[in-house]
Amino acid sequence: MKKILFSLILMLTTVQLFAQDNGVEMADKLRSDGKIYVVVACIVIILLGLLAYLFSIDKRLKKIEKENLPKN
Amino acid sequence: MNKTWWKILGSVLVIYTAIAGLLLGVPRLPILNESIRNLYFHVPMWFAMIVLFSISVFYSIKSLSSKSEIDDMKAVESVNAGIIFGLLGLVTGAIWAKYTWGQFWSFDPKQNFAAISVLLYFAYLILRNAIDEEQKRAKISAIYNIFAFPMMVVLLFVLPRLKDSLHPGNGGNPGFNSYDLDSRMRMVFYPACLGWILIGYWVYTIRFRLRSIENKQQHN
Repeated sequence: MKKILFSLILMLTTVQLFAQDNGVEMADKLRSDGKIYVVVACIVIILLGLLAYLFSIDKRLKKIEKENLPKN
Repeated sequence: MNKTWWKILGSVLVIYTAIAGLLLGVPRLPILNESIRNLYFHVPMWFAMIVLFSISVFYSIKSLSSKSEIDDMKAVESVNAGIIFGLLGLVTGAIWAKYTWGQFWSFDPKQNFAAISVLLYFAYLILRNAIDEEQKRAKISAIYNIFAFPMMVVLLFVLPRLKDSLHPGNGGNPGFNSYDLDSRMRMVFYPACLGWILIGYWVYTIRFRLRSIENKQQHN
């Protein structure tokens, strides 16, 4: 268990190696300012709304199916 | 597939990709910059489209031997659902192209052939509407669909590779391998594809169920 935990910690420390800056422009500032979360929140709300809508259509359809196609 | 678990799975995966796709790390590459994240949203559209068109061709072949109206309806509705994803793929591709290649539509082979393959399926729907007799319509459109499917595969995956295209994976382009090999991107990309395929399949089942009720009411 200790060995696994130790190797996991070692692996996690390598994660920051990926984040090295090689001079290519990315939205780092946006992220550090925290504004990107606003966009993520908006997209998630839109997706949740659309998916909930899809579920409600599905529910209504099920009801109509019960009335129209009794054997299924 | 009447259960709800896969619908919830698809929803969760799509929402996961919206969060992880925007917040997790991606490789730093010139020109692409943050737009590399489009891989999680643009490419799954095409995967969903291809899966829906595969379902359609499967039921087209089935309807030729079974002569069943239900198989024919399944074939149409999966094309109807697939076309939505194809159009979304074209539009998102054009926007991405504007900021990486310079133009919305640069008449790149991949763009042109993708547009033609969507048009092929528009032709399928128009062909169906042109025939009034049901048996004949089912048979002719099923045969058309069987020819359209390999055409679509060739247009999307073979012809662009023979020409110089800016799109990754084609012509003199090294492809998305360098990004795909990035394990961080794989963790979002694969769930994104599966999630959108499930959502696409869900839309198709809703369309098919509506059509079968409409059909039943017409016959009554």
